[in-house]
Parts: sequence; structure tokens; C-alpha cells
Amino acid sequence: MPATDRTFAAAAAFWLFAWPAAALDPKEVAPGVYVIAGAVALASPENEGAIANIGFVVGRKAVAAIDPGGSATVGASLVEAVRSITDQPIRYVIYTHMHPDHVLGAAPVVAASGAEVVGHAKLASALAARAEHYLAGARDALGDEATDGLEVVLPDREVAAIATLDLGDRPLSLRAWPTAHTDNDLTVLDERTGTLFAGDLLFTEHLPVIDGSITGWLALEAELTSLPAARAVPGHGPATVDWPAAAAAQFGYLASLADSVRAQIAKGAGLAEAVEAVPPPAGNWALVETFHRRNVTAAFTELEWE
Amino acid sequence: MLRTHMAVAAGLLVATAGLAQAESDAWSDIVADVFDGRAMQQSDIVTLETPYRAEDAATVPVTMHFAPPEDAGLRVERVTLVIDENPAPIAAVFELGADAGVSRIDTRVRVQSYTNVHLVAELSDGSLHMTETFVKASGGCSAPMGKDPEAAMANLGLMKLRQFDGANPEAQLMIRHPNNSGLQMDQLTRHYIPAHFIHSLTIAQGDAPILKMEGGISLSEDPSVRFEFEPNGEPIAVEAQDTEGNVFSENWPIEVGRSGT
Repeated sequence: MPATDRTFAAAAAFWLFAWPAAALDPKEVAPGVYVIAGAVALASPENEGAIANIGFVVGRKAVAAIDPGGSATVGASLVEAVRSITDQPIRYVIYTHMHPDHVLGAAPVVAASGAEVVGHAKLASALAARAEHYLAGARDALGDEATDGLEVVLPDREVAAIATLDLGDRPLSLRAWPTAHTDNDLTVLDERTGTLFAGDLLFTEHLPVIDGSITGWLALEAELTSLPAARAVPGHGPATVDWPAAAAAQFGYLASLADSVRAQIAKGAGLAEAVEAVPPPAGNWALVETFHRRNVTAAFTELEWE
Repeated sequence: MLRTHMAVAAGLLVATAGLAQAESDAWSDIVADVFDGRAMQQSDIVTLETPYRAEDAATVPVTMHFAPPEDAGLRVERVTLVIDENPAPIAAVFELGADAGVSRIDTRVRVQSYTNVHLVAELSDGSLHMTETFVKASGGCSAPMGKDPEAAMANLGLMKLRQFDGANPEAQLMIRHPNNSGLQMDQLTRHYIPAHFIHSLTIAQGDAPILKMEGGISLSEDPSVRFEFEPNGEPIAVEAQDTEGNVFSENWPIEVGRSGT
């Protein structure tokens, strides 16, 4: 389809011209597996929305990008990063979940490559409902200029349970999870190297954020941590961490949060009171100020139904 | 009928334009539209507690206190909770039962952006008493939508009543409901997801009303109303109706405020 190709080429040229690739340095964490680590921070003009870990896997015939990142700048830089490594086409853009810091970079990647966008079966409705809100939030955080023309791209292909994408002698196992961090979490396992892109089902350094279900997240600990991976790429934190050892801190926080919130509910505290009363977590978590009280809120409104 | 008020707003807007430069445009429109431009006094009869920052845009706790008016012959009949900058600013209107002694209501609302929140009480003499707070919106991935709409629909209409004994007996009524706003475009079908929310809730003890709420889409998913009241010993009866005509009702024996009986 030459017309479509031209459209992609023109759009790609626009994006790459408009957003010269920043210094996003892809790190090869396993053979053919690259990660660009995001800042453990809120989106700001300084980090240009590069606050989540994103990456790509190179097969014999194709490349899959796993999360295009939090802005068009990041998405364009991801295309540049892939181009600096291989000439293989980017055939897939896989979303680990709906959050803006992971998905808003899709448009320039799709424009440059025509890649198929893949996500959890519940992602489209969740992202569509939030799209306007996320775009407004990105404009507030990154500035009008940096977000001019920013758009949300919904998945072309949905995964309800499991799926395999073959990049040419390189199968990626995709798995859709029940409601945990969000109601549309999906993990990607590169079987060849045992590298697990955990998305935000795994937070390290950055305080975990509950936008789905605390009991759902705790309930999948055993199954998630039994996935046969040698290393994981967390949604936030270092480019790779030991698997499953690195998941312990996150599940420890969630379990202790659930305990504290249940204690508040049992003694009759209201939501506002519990938000003040549940102590911030021990340990060296970043962004506690921003997210802990929100987590208490989410946990309280879920656990008060028990 | 909040919807009707919205419809006439455009006509009244012109009349009030420029009247209150210090106040937000949204609020002066609401005063004109919902309260017919009637005078309001800031007074201690109503107090409002909201968090400085909406940690979770979908679930912002609001606490409303009502002090008895100095004139013992008067009482608070009705309170209106307004989130000025929301797409549907009137979050809820509560009618307080004449003999229920409701002195406090907690609920949870959605907050779309930086906004003033107003609470207006109407006394039995028709006077309006107002207080206001300001809430900073949260950023990033916090959005004013429910976290798991499928789970919310699966338990539609399920109710839970919690009772809290003490010097000021309290009860909390919770209803499973997505409380969809109808403002979200389904980008797959290009249609708006139909609004589906609890619009009416009545809580009584025996035949005596405790409170009646008319709610809108600014109330959070799984609406919750917690209130301080004076139990009369009769069972608590709840009836809720949603915009699709569903009626949910349930009764619970009273468990609080039994001292002395």
C-alpha cells in the first residue's frame, strides 16, 4: 500500500524532525534485548516524559517495541534507538498497560513503522475513557509545545489470556493478567533469554501505584514470580533486576498497606481519616509523597467491602 | 431536576456576567442557575473538609458538617455539594430528615481539574449558608474513572451498611455501582458510553427519613454516604434508583444508639 507508506514516511519525517532524538541510550540487557531506563520521577519538561522503562527485542525478521514511552519525543527517540541497532522493521508495539507514561509515545513509532499495536483485551476501553484526561495531563506536565499533536493510539490486536508473537526465531510470550496494577496489565517474556518485561506489575525504587486492585495484585504474586525468567525489566527502576528476588519489596509494601488499611477499617475510621493515619512505608521508595496517600485511598475503597 | 437547571443556564449567564469578577465564572453561573441568584452568607452553620490535593481523582473524600442554627426554631433542610469545574458541577443534593439529627455527611467525589468546592445549606427559613474549599487536581495516571468497570457491573446494586456506635452514632451506606458519567467517548464505536448512575437514594429509619440524596455523575464509583444521626430504634431502610430504572432496596436492624433502652 504505497499511499499508506507515504503517509507513514511523511509522518515519521515530521516526528523525527520535530523531536530530534534525545540522549536515550539503549542498554543491551541480554542478547538482542534492549532497555531504555526512564527517570524515577514525575513527567516534567526536563525528562520529556521519559519516566517509564521501555525497550525492544530484535528477532531475525522483526522488532517488537515494548511500551513506546510517555511522549512523542520518547517514541521518536525509541525509533532512533532501534535504527541505531538494526534495520529490521518494528512490527509490533506492545503496551504493558494503559498508563500515559507507557503509551503516549506510540504515534511516532506507528507512523515510522506501521507497527501493529498489541494490548490487553481490556486496555482499549480503559484507555479510550481516559484519553482526554491523559492528554490534558501530559500538556500540563510537559508543556503545550512538547505535546503539540500528541495522540492516543488504541491497540489493533487484543490479548485476552496468552499469545505468542514471533519475531523470527524469537518467540515472545504475552500474558494478560486479571486486575492488579490496572485492569489491563500484560507481561512479555522473551523466551530465548528469559527476560521478562513486567510492566508496572513490577515496581522497583518507584513506590508501587494501585490503579486496579490491591487484593488482585497480591493474589497474583505466586504466579507472577514463578514465571521462568532470569531477569526482569520493571516498569520503573533500573533497566533490569534479579527475578524474582526484586519483586519482594513491592509485595511487602502492598501486603503491609493492606494490613494497615484493614486495621483502620476495623476500628471504624473513615476514608479521609485513614489516609492521614496509615504510615508511609519503610525503605527507600521514591515518590512516597505523591503516591502513598493515593494508594491508601484505593486500598480503603476496595477493602471496606470485605 | 438538575438537568433542567443546566439547560436554562445559558439564558441566565448573560444576566450575571461581570457580576462577580472575584469569584470564578463557574460559581457565579451556578449561583444564578441553581440558586436563582439568591443571596448567600458565609457562616459557621456549614463546614466542609476536602483534601488539599485530590490524591486519587476518582475518589476524593468530602466531609460536610452541619451545626444547629442559633435560632432553635430553624434547621438545615437541604445541602447542595458543588464541584465548580466538573462537567456536571452539582455532585449531590441532600435533604435532611426533620427528626433525624443529621450533623455530618461524608461522601466521595470525582475531581476533574483544579476546582473550588462549595457547600450550600438551605435553612427552614429559606436562607442560604455557604462555605468553600479548593482542591488541586492530581496529575499523571490518576483519572476520574472507575478502576474496574467490569467488576462494578458484576455486583451492580449490592449494598452494605456499616454502623458505628459511640457518642455520635454513625452509619455508612455503600452501593456497588459504576456511576458512569456518560461523558466518555468509546473510541472504538465513536459513541458516548451511556450515563448510568444512581440518581436517587433514600435512607430512613422506620417511616422517618434520615436523608434523601439526588446524585449526579460527580459521585465516585460505588457511591458511599456516611452520616451521623440520632437513631430512633427502628430498622434502617434504603432505596436507591439508577438512571436505567433499576431500584435497589434493603433493610437492616439498627445496631447503634441503644443506650438507655
